[in-house]
Amino acid sequence: MMQLIWNGLIVGSFYSLVALGYSMVYGIIKLLNFAHGDIYMLGAFVGFLVLSSFGGIPAAMSIPALLVILLLAMVVTGLIGVAIERVAYRPLRSSPRLAVLITAIGVSFTLEYGIRQLFGPNPRAFPVRLSSESFDVLGMRVSLSQLVLVVVAAVLMFVLAHIVERTREGRAMRAIALDPQAAHLMGVNVNRVIATVFFIGSALAGAAGVMAGAYYGSIDFLMGFVIGLKAFTAAVIGGIGNLYGAMLGGLLLGLLESFGAAWLGGEWRDVFSFAILIVILTFKPTGLLGARVVERM
Amino acid sequence: MSWLEVKDADVYYGRVHALRELSFDVEEGEIVCLLGNNGAGKSTTMNMLSGLVRPRAGVVRWDGTDLTTAKPWDIVSRGLIHVPEGRRIFSTMTVHDNLLLGGYTVKDQRAIAERVELAYSLMPRLAERRKQQGGTLSGGEQQMLAIGRAIVAGPRLLLLDEPSMGLAPLVVKQVMEIIAEVNRQGTTVLLVEQNARAALRIAHRAYVVETGRVTLQGPAAELAQDSRVVDAYLGA
Ligand SMILES: Nc1ncnc2c1ncn2[C@@H]1O[C@H](COP(=O)(O)OP(=O)(O)OP(=O)(O)O)[C@@H](O)[C@H]1O
Ligand SMILES: [Mg+2]
Repeated sequence: MMQLIWNGLIVGSFYSLVALGYSMVYGIIKLLNFAHGDIYMLGAFVGFLVLSSFGGIPAAMSIPALLVILLLAMVVTGLIGVAIERVAYRPLRSSPRLAVLITAIGVSFTLEYGIRQLFGPNPRAFPVRLSSESFDVLGMRVSLSQLVLVVVAAVLMFVLAHIVERTREGRAMRAIALDPQAAHLMGVNVNRVIATVFFIGSALAGAAGVMAGAYYGSIDFLMGFVIGLKAFTAAVIGGIGNLYGAMLGGLLLGLLESFGAAWLGGEWRDVFSFAILIVILTFKPTGLLGARVVERM
Repeated sequence: MSWLEVKDADVYYGRVHALRELSFDVEEGEIVCLLGNNGAGKSTTMNMLSGLVRPRAGVVRWDGTDLTTAKPWDIVSRGLIHVPEGRRIFSTMTVHDNLLLGGYTVKDQRAIAERVELAYSLMPRLAERRKQQGGTLSGGEQQMLAIGRAIVAGPRLLLLDEPSMGLAPLVVKQVMEIIAEVNRQGTTVLLVEQNARAALRIAHRAYVVETGRVTLQGPAAELAQDSRVVDAYLGA
């Protein structure tokens, strides 16, 4: 039982990291960024490239090496996110929503099949073996590397929440989400803040990609597709545009999958978790933490 | 040359010619009012000053800055603050966060803190509601919050677009008193109003704008007696 929770939390924290970027971008420019899952894939490939160019990493060094690569991948994917926004989305900012949505789908295919051309269609082994040194806590088998993954994810989310809620840039992000023109009148450089949001969101997805590569041990050009859909689901279940909602939605989805797989078998995992999510949406169409807004009419 | 100088400004929205060789000026320390009917071009004038729309032709200069080319955030950080029509409060952010956003371009944290306190002392209603979401305030309180947000930005020239819109007469009076007080503390004010009676009471000078042009101008007290103004804007 505790083991199921632990496994669910690990996978759930990947979902949460990806869902955060989905939700932030939607919150600020109302764009469903379908290419967001592919940023996660790019993160994994950046990690793969860096690790392969070093040759093998001794198991004892795997955790510090992973952290360095994580940072590197975050910077690279963050910059890719900024570039995508600049080239593909900003010129369409005032176009009909559908046009931008199609652009996002186009960006997604471009990234997926671009990587396929470069790295081939077959899965690649992620060249770092996490040490499987583990210990028992509260009846769970926890490996040191798993613990590191979960702690890193938690730290990233904490830092993000701090930025959005307590800093001047974070206030500007929330203001643009509500009324870009009024934010403009406060002297906010709206384009720059939107670029910052793309950087942060993409860096979080890139981080999740590296972590997932290390956790699952293999990566491929389509790995972002399903997680993109799941992260989107997590963001909606939590209440899209709401940070804590995205975190909660991701963890919830991870837990449901973990329990579903254990109780009903792996093939039933997605049926179980999505059935429950549908039920949740039936009762709370705006998501668990969505629309907690007091609005005067 | 005047402190704020607008000369022969032309603004188009596509083919709509919204401002036609509009000219007026404002001196430091004044309250100047723009009167005019719906669609006359008052908000367009304000948007042109704050850099939201650009004139196709004409001169727009303020205190040495060419407002036709300056970046909107530079305009704000130099102290030209625009309180837009309809207030545009950040509805799900708290009153306090709304005020802090006013200080977005201000680097000096102490200055921000002092001005937030100044806003609260001018408008104690806001202080009582500092943790409440902006969107839950009454219309009058939202207008005060919009003015407070501008105060935190440290305005030298404050543009107010129809601050009395939709407010009860007593609240209009309060808002006008706050504006007059902000002016006494050293801020120049350019005020757009439909409520000519209330505006002319606090303004020093006024301009009447019709279809994008200035058609009348003069000291507020004189315009308040002018039969053309009385007939068109002050009712019978
Ligand atoms: N974004 C826009 N696109 C096209 N035309 C516009 C736009 N904004 C304003 N106009 C036109 O420009 C003219 C001036 O509008 P403006 O909003 O400046 O008037 P106003 O004096 O502020 O009116 P009101 O008292 O109703 O607020 C109007 O004819 C209006 O239809
Ligand atoms: Mg107007």
